[in-house]
Amino acid sequence: MSSILPIVIDAIAFRPGGRPVLNGLSATLPASGITAVIGPNGAGKSVTLRVLDGLIQADAGTVRFGGRTAGAVRRAFVFQRPALIRASVARNVNLALAPLYLEKSEARARVEAALLKVGLQDRAGDPARKLSGGEQQRLALARAWVTEPELLLLDEPTANLDPAATEAIEALVSAMDRAGTKVIIVSHNLGQVARLAEDILVLSEGRAVEHGSAQHVLAQPRTPQAQAYIKGELPWTSFAVAS
Amino acid sequence: MSAGMLDTISTAVGLIGSLDRDVTSIAVLSLQVSLLAVVCGSILGIPLGALLAISDIPGRGALVALLNASMGLPAVVVGLLVYLLLSRSGPFGSAGLLFTPAAMVIAQTILVTPLVAALTRQLIEDADRELGEQLRSMRLTTWQRARALAFDARFSLTIAVLAAFGRAVAEVGAVLVVGGNIAGHTRTMTTAISLETQKGDLPLALALGFVLIAIVILVNAVASGVRGYVMRAYE
Amino acid sequence: MDLIRRSLLSLAFACLATTPALAKERSITVASTTSTEQSGLFKQLLPPFTMKTGIEVKVVALGTGQALDVGRRGDADVVFVHDKSAEEKFVSEGFATARQEVMYNDFIIIGPKGDPAKAGGRDVLEGLRRIATAKTQFISRSDRSGTHAAELRYWIDAGIDLSAIKGDWYKEIGQGMGPALNIASAHNGYVLTDRGTWLSFKNRGDLMILVEGDQRLFNQYGVMLVSPAKHAHVKAADGQVFIEWLVSTEGQRTIADYKIEGQQLFFPNARGTGHF
Repeated sequence: MSSILPIVIDAIAFRPGGRPVLNGLSATLPASGITAVIGPNGAGKSVTLRVLDGLIQADAGTVRFGGRTAGAVRRAFVFQRPALIRASVARNVNLALAPLYLEKSEARARVEAALLKVGLQDRAGDPARKLSGGEQQRLALARAWVTEPELLLLDEPTANLDPAATEAIEALVSAMDRAGTKVIIVSHNLGQVARLAEDILVLSEGRAVEHGSAQHVLAQPRTPQAQAYIKGELPWTSFAVAS
Repeated sequence: MSAGMLDTISTAVGLIGSLDRDVTSIAVLSLQVSLLAVVCGSILGIPLGALLAISDIPGRGALVALLNASMGLPAVVVGLLVYLLLSRSGPFGSAGLLFTPAAMVIAQTILVTPLVAALTRQLIEDADRELGEQLRSMRLTTWQRARALAFDARFSLTIAVLAAFGRAVAEVGAVLVVGGNIAGHTRTMTTAISLETQKGDLPLALALGFVLIAIVILVNAVASGVRGYVMRAYE
Repeated sequence: MDLIRRSLLSLAFACLATTPALAKERSITVASTTSTEQSGLFKQLLPPFTMKTGIEVKVVALGTGQALDVGRRGDADVVFVHDKSAEEKFVSEGFATARQEVMYNDFIIIGPKGDPAKAGGRDVLEGLRRIATAKTQFISRSDRSGTHAAELRYWIDAGIDLSAIKGDWYKEIGQGMGPALNIASAHNGYVLTDRGTWLSFKNRGDLMILVEGDQRLFNQYGVMLVSPAKHAHVKAADGQVFIEWLVSTEGQRTIADYKIEGQQLFFPNARGTGHF
């Protein structure tokens, strides 16, 4: 699984309609461990995740995964709001296996294992939309996990959840990290970043402005953006770089 | 004049009770032809609409506009075109399908497929707005995405299918031209109503009309009932 | 998704299964006119034939012009209409090898009870002259039917140049006999119709028969087999059986026996009636 590391992001630019959303973003994500991406609104965090997932084509620059090109890497994305089809829990998880063309029996086994992992095995036949917010995100994680992804991208997965549900999600994310999946998570929740991240990447105005180990960035943030984030200052919006 | 209209209506209502086996077989034929046309139209139209909704082909906008416009195809024009195709002097004449129920099914299928496709396209587009990004991130193929979205939208799609059925069972232009309104073979409720109106037997025409409306209401009620029952499990 | 597919398929099968067997029944397609069908003649005429021969007769009822066109296209096996000159043209074009006379009915002129144009009587040409003079509402089918062709012939025979005097009073509707009567009833106008359609017409309003009995009003029916030389697939043998039955003693008697309100509508006049 670690064959996708290091993830080398090289001068990514994305300028939809002329607006520079990503403006020469470069970073190298070396080690395993969870990488947290933080930054003010509009910094380009969600767009970066989407570029890494291949949902958005950058206008310039490249991303390489351990020397491999993006296409071959198995990735999964968990959004802030889980997009579920009007079907049972199990069917939603099973949908993720469609591109793998597995045998029915193998697919069923994998779905069961995934549901067990997230603690939804008793809800397999229930309509997915009837689950609570926290359960739905666990379902989204099961759906991500069932394809055994090499890279897991999460975009503020617990922003809408209560603390108990948040804890459950964080536990699952950590478990996936320990199992060998590279996890990159965007979060506004300082506590969450502190709990989960091994590695923090700070974005601002489409660029990486700071990147280091979590301990380091949290204890001694160099840039004003990181400082403001850690101090928990409001408004956490677009930032004029002072000096 | 309104006294005359009331008379006609009350005579018509009285006639309904005494309608005979002929009417039953005419009603059954109407249902067979239109239901089969709607099934074929859905098998063709739903995938077509779904794929059009989520693909990014050049000229898509023009295709969508064309599809929407074809919802309003005049039935009699479709009938004429199919007649020319199926006539013995036409390209498919050797199949001997003209003036048979099969020809009527073909004509009505052509009539309802664009309707189903156009409505499906809108429904799938709406579903794609909600689910599309997630499905793309799951690396589903276009076809797999279309299927997932259609499954998600299935309750709304049944309404589209019911609309198609309504269009089919109520039209007279196409089935009259390609079927020939042959007694005992290709006479449907609508062509029978047309015939009785022409003969000046307005109460009978109205009676048949009421029966047709009742049948359509029944079909819609059954479909809505089934849909509601299944929906309750999944909403 | 499988459930949907399965239910759609079973629905389709149910539809097909209950369809009357696409049987290898013997049948012929006869193109005839709306007025003939609407008179109800076929309901009386066809069952004895089918019972005797086992041949099912499918009647497609259109205007005479359309019926002949259907024959030209080869979409019918037999053509049974009432416009002698159009039928003879059909034969001369080679679409049929022969034409046989079967029966005749008569035309009548219907009009409002008050007869504002004073057209009533036994002279159709005089009646039309008076209608043209009075410019009272007159409904014309204008649909290339046998009835329409007859109407046009009567105007010419009456010495009237329609194109010169056409006006708001002369309504060309392009439809069949039933709609023409409906419109005449609504407008209290005059209309030329065959007796059969009139007798089965139920929406008479203020209309009544004003001109009848003129020899010129007799409307001759002819039957033709579409030539297999032009259309190889035509069911020539069975079609010929039908034609021979129509002109046989039995067929002719069945035609004569058809009555509405005690009145005979069609008068058999086939020449050299064969034995059946």
